[in-house]
Amino acid sequence: MGAISIVLLFILIVLGVPILIAIFIYNRLVTLRNRSENAWHQIDVQLQKRADLVPNLVETVKGYAAHEKTVFQEVTKARSIYSQAGTVQEKADATNMLTSALKTLFAVVENYPELKANQNFLLLQEELSGIESKIAYARQFYNDVVMSLNNTQQVFPSNIVANIFGFKPREYFEIEETKREAPQVDFK
Amino acid sequence: MIYEEISANKRKSFLLLFLFVVFLLFLGWVFGQAYGSGGVGVLVALLIALFISLITFYGGDKMVLGISHAKPVDRKENPYLANVVEGLAIAAGVPAPRAYIIEDSAPNAFATGRSPENSAIAVTTGLLDKLNRLELEGVIGHEMSHIKNYDIRYATLVVLLVGTVALLSDWMRRSFFYRGRRSRKGGAGGGIIILLALLLAILAPIVAQLIRLAISRQREYLADANGAHLTRYPEGLASALEKISKDKELLEVANKATAHLYIINPLLEHRGKLNDLFSTHPPVKDRIKRLRSM
Repeated sequence: MGAISIVLLFILIVLGVPILIAIFIYNRLVTLRNRSENAWHQIDVQLQKRADLVPNLVETVKGYAAHEKTVFQEVTKARSIYSQAGTVQEKADATNMLTSALKTLFAVVENYPELKANQNFLLLQEELSGIESKIAYARQFYNDVVMSLNNTQQVFPSNIVANIFGFKPREYFEIEETKREAPQVDFK
Repeated sequence: MIYEEISANKRKSFLLLFLFVVFLLFLGWVFGQAYGSGGVGVLVALLIALFISLITFYGGDKMVLGISHAKPVDRKENPYLANVVEGLAIAAGVPAPRAYIIEDSAPNAFATGRSPENSAIAVTTGLLDKLNRLELEGVIGHEMSHIKNYDIRYATLVVLLVGTVALLSDWMRRSFFYRGRRSRKGGAGGGIIILLALLLAILAPIVAQLIRLAISRQREYLADANGAHLTRYPEGLASALEKISKDKELLEVANKATAHLYIINPLLEHRGKLNDLFSTHPPVKDRIKRLRSM
């Protein structure tokens, strides 16, 4: 009698403890997956805001520099490629393209002092640099979350749980690093 | 390395708060003993702490902002500040706090509120004028860390506990006059208890103040570390601290009660002293050195 209950208890522990650990790991994986989903959404919102700002920016610059057609074409093209991008990688590529197109646009703006003093343009410029720093911060947050998600999926013993329930590693959001320096125009 | 610092700081702060509560209850007990019932004293101390906490918990941020003459600004009025605040909220993974501006040319900033969902950051117009974007991001990152770590709630609670101790011992000191006139009930044991109560009545406010200061000094280092981690650019905050501490202008809206909230002690006489036991902030030079060695 005593021996039987000891054996039962032993079986219970041998089965029960791994199950409890597995539940704990599974919940952590789900939490991290949801968090990374949410973090990706943050990036997406900011990328969309930036794309929405482009037509307005192009209009304003056109008012002063109508003949710089190639620049406008480049920016508009980058924007339309962005709006068709779906996956993380596609969006990253389109973002890089839009970034370099906008860089050219702002280089052109340097030749038009009147435009640089335009109130509407200054506002758009502040809006754009605000969004760009938000993209950088959202990306930083997203990549941190993705790292802990991917780590959890790869280390033992949570890799077993991740395999059983088909968790997939997430892609990092890699875009060109913008250099950390104070912007030349300080708009207040 | 930053993560270790964070958890070590959290542990120490929790220990300090715990000691503080034990100290408060012990104080209640001793005072109660002097009157004949330690249990009643503990209960009264607990009830008083609870009562004041509830009031300030839900209105503390408005009180602080009101005292400091901070005005709310939306993104139309100041897109620059709104963008920086929103950006760092994204980096910290918290909802964007409300932004406030204090009309004062002395550069300084603070955060208040009771949770990341219900928080505010106030900056002076001097801060906006004198810092560049990266420095401002450093300062807002520091404040965002105070919010994310629940320092804002913590600071309010600690202020309350200190206030309660002061209230209790003040009450005690006064009541000795009345008690002295009446006849003694206890023997020699009662006399020792009364002596102890008297001693505590004098020491309590001092000890309470010291604990409060120790807590907020550690929190500043932690917020510096976390803030630098958010911006991934410690130099921004370091150079901002340098500019703010070198500024000789006086922040008129700050007083002794709100001084510990600001990123750098706005009361100029406290800035020079190194490791001053009565200062709410660690020495600025030390903070800058730590940031630059990250």
